[in-house]
Amino acid sequence: MTLDAKIPSGPIELAWDKARFDMKLVNPANKRKHTILVVGSGLAGASAAASLGELGYNVECFCFQDSPRRAHSIAAQGGINAAKNYQNDGDSIYRLFYDTVKGGDFRAREANVYRLAENSVKIIDQCVAQGVPFAREYGGSLTNRSFGGAQVSRTFYARGQTGQQLLLGAYQALERQVHEGTVTMYPRTEMLDLIVIDGQARGIVTRNLITGELNVHFGDAVILATGGYGNVYYLSTNAKGSNTTAIWRAHKRGALFGNPCFTQIHPTCIPVSGDYQSKLTLMSESLRNDGRIWVPKKKGDKRPPNQIPEEDRDYYLERRYPSFGNLVPRDVASRNAKAVCDEGRGVGETGLGVYLDFSDAIKRLGEHTIRERYGNLFDMYQRITDEDPYKVPMRIYPAIHYTMGGLWVDYYLQTTIPGLFVAGEANFSDHGANRLGASALMQGLSDGYFILPYTVGNYIATNKFPKVDESRGEVREAVGCVQQTIEKLLSIKGKRTVDSFHRELGKIMWDECGMSRTAHGLEKAIGQIRALRDEFWQNVTVPGSGDDLNQSLEKAGRVADFFELGELMCIDALHRNESCGGHFREEYQTPDGEAQRDDEHFSYVAAWGYTGPSSSPSLTREPLDFQYVHPSQRSYK
Amino acid sequence: MKLTLRIWRQKSRNGKGKFISYPVYNVNPEMSMLECLDVLNESLIERGEEPVAFEHDCREGICGSCGFMINGIPHGPLPATTVCQLTMRHFKDGQELVLEPWRAAAFPSVKDLVVDRRSFDRIIEAGGYISVSTGNAPDGNTILVGKDVADRAMDAAACIGCGACVAACPNASAALFTGAKISHLGILPQGVPEQDRRALNMVAQMNVEPFGSCTNIGECTGACPKEIPLEVISRMNRDYWQASWKQRDELVRTITPMTEWSTGSKLKIDPNATS
Repeated sequence: MTLDAKIPSGPIELAWDKARFDMKLVNPANKRKHTILVVGSGLAGASAAASLGELGYNVECFCFQDSPRRAHSIAAQGGINAAKNYQNDGDSIYRLFYDTVKGGDFRAREANVYRLAENSVKIIDQCVAQGVPFAREYGGSLTNRSFGGAQVSRTFYARGQTGQQLLLGAYQALERQVHEGTVTMYPRTEMLDLIVIDGQARGIVTRNLITGELNVHFGDAVILATGGYGNVYYLSTNAKGSNTTAIWRAHKRGALFGNPCFTQIHPTCIPVSGDYQSKLTLMSESLRNDGRIWVPKKKGDKRPPNQIPEEDRDYYLERRYPSFGNLVPRDVASRNAKAVCDEGRGVGETGLGVYLDFSDAIKRLGEHTIRERYGNLFDMYQRITDEDPYKVPMRIYPAIHYTMGGLWVDYYLQTTIPGLFVAGEANFSDHGANRLGASALMQGLSDGYFILPYTVGNYIATNKFPKVDESRGEVREAVGCVQQTIEKLLSIKGKRTVDSFHRELGKIMWDECGMSRTAHGLEKAIGQIRALRDEFWQNVTVPGSGDDLNQSLEKAGRVADFFELGELMCIDALHRNESCGGHFREEYQTPDGEAQRDDEHFSYVAAWGYTGPSSSPSLTREPLDFQYVHPSQRSYK
Repeated sequence: MKLTLRIWRQKSRNGKGKFISYPVYNVNPEMSMLECLDVLNESLIERGEEPVAFEHDCREGICGSCGFMINGIPHGPLPATTVCQLTMRHFKDGQELVLEPWRAAAFPSVKDLVVDRRSFDRIIEAGGYISVSTGNAPDGNTILVGKDVADRAMDAAACIGCGACVAACPNASAALFTGAKISHLGILPQGVPEQDRRALNMVAQMNVEPFGSCTNIGECTGACPKEIPLEVISRMNRDYWQASWKQRDELVRTITPMTEWSTGSKLKIDPNATS
């Protein structure tokens, strides 16, 4: 199999214009005759569903939560990037493009990233028009802050709740279309399989989470905007419900999975406090603008932070990276935190933590300004830890936050299954091996508002859609698979809970496929995951029935998919004999401990195909060609 | 710590519910209320019983999924805190906590502590937006918005739609929720053109749903985890009152409240016939 990314020819600045002009259009009167299924209602899903509804398509949108407004995009704190150059500090579309390709450690597709940077500008305009209350200057203009991995201030924000406000904007646009009758919303409905008929994605199998009813929905195109799979690690900053099921089952139906091992560890999360812990809480990266990160110089220094004098402190990021300092990209900041903790200089009870100290910023700017900028984050920290960050430095530690990998898509966001499109975190496309802060919101909205409405239309206009119904063998087979899995999970009646398996899987993944990886560890992990998966299918217990709200059953299905995905992540990490971005293989590092890429052998997207439950996945490579941003050793020194 | 959780158990919407007491040992003071329920649920599952159903997702206090009454107070005793961020250190060893779902006719029961809040979505659907289709927007700095105005809009926009305001209100009124959206959008210049229609439609929808009326008691703002100020209700009333005079011929179309979940399975497949 060869992969064609369908990147338009010609200069990169004109690629998207050319692609849009070359696309076929659908007659306005015909649009309502075409049904488009959108799975997921976060930034990418809600914005795509609303925009396609506005164009006149008949849209059905699905989410597992009780309302589309709950999607996990809502939890994004820090902001959204846009190349507006309102600050007159030298920003441009080209610079955002450059920073994103470099930040992704040269493992992203240039043309996609350039388009993302172009769209960033329109996103801000659209969101302002929707009533998103972005932070403003006294004079009334939009204000910005800086973020990790960039030396310009291009991040727009709404206090520490940017994701919430952007999602509510998209949700409101979605509800407007529900009112117009162009979008039908199916909350508390989970997609459990993809229906592929004659090579085209034509429908999905869903389960109504309240009644347990299985249903089939047909459409002419299917969009998956179901988010990332960080919960394979059990402990992550993702919402508890975030899962891989929709994209994983589409993968099993033939969609290739791109770069599954590219996961992002966020440097600023509240450290783990006990084994009952159900999730990790992020503290926005924007805190690194004013907070200084340090640990004691001496191992095992147990003095309280305010009794450790300046000369006994190691501001290790400022020391090692004088030009970016505390604002180095996330992968670099995370790895350095792990390194100082591994040296025994970590702080807090567990020794797995570093200080994020605001005392200098408070001295310089006053407590009022700091409260104005980060008040809600400080409050959240205090609620959880019972410590006052205005007086005592915060303790932070890296945690799984985002997955750059996802289903492989071409320039048009279409997978290897015609008619199946993937948007937002669920696809692999724009962030390479490491995502810069404030770029996830940008990508979700770029895909949903400004790419899919064109590319899905082009697909509709250039394909034929014979009528399909429940009598087709493919439908019966898909529904049968779903039914069998549910019955199997309910019938095992073993001894262990779903969560206990999930925790154990997460521990294996974190230890061997987390912040740093080795060939030996990954091989070991693959064996452990297989053994644990076998035990799961023999010994899990799922109480209750399939005919009503059964949260254990929902979790069991998702964890079953995490087992298979976790194994693929390890296989991918094992095959990639280099370090790049968030993928750090201990065997491949520079003398001073930075990631050592191998462009000669690994400058490609690894797209994996599903070949069956017990056979090895197939690998197809999409070579990456860098014509504009030439690969170099990333340096933030 | 040891706690006794007295929890409302109800199998389904029409089932009869009752309180059941569960002792929970080894409660760590650093745990959140939801993690405490996780621990209880793990032990229930291991004993072969059905775990307590409760709604949750982000566990960071922003998605609005979680929420139930703790000893009669929505989200429990700590101000500005959802149950997912309420740590157990705020309770005493040996204490009994009574957990029950939001009680309101507009929030029909689903199971245990889970209720149906689609009435909130319908209020937004009725008019809680600015009608601007994708691609229509001028440059973001074309319309200047003073910092204080943007801040006030943000105060109202912080609502997470959890439903605590309704649960706290003796009348089960949705005035704080509806007022928050009307204020957020009405304060901003971008929302002004639709201010009248928005108020008419959203208030009409609120009145069609089985919410009670607002009688200015103020429990809602006290219970609100985002501390939405009571003034959003005055703003709603003012907008509605002005709009009713100006737009008296406006046709208001409300949405029929739906309480069923079943969409009727379209499947006519014999599961045994499949491979």
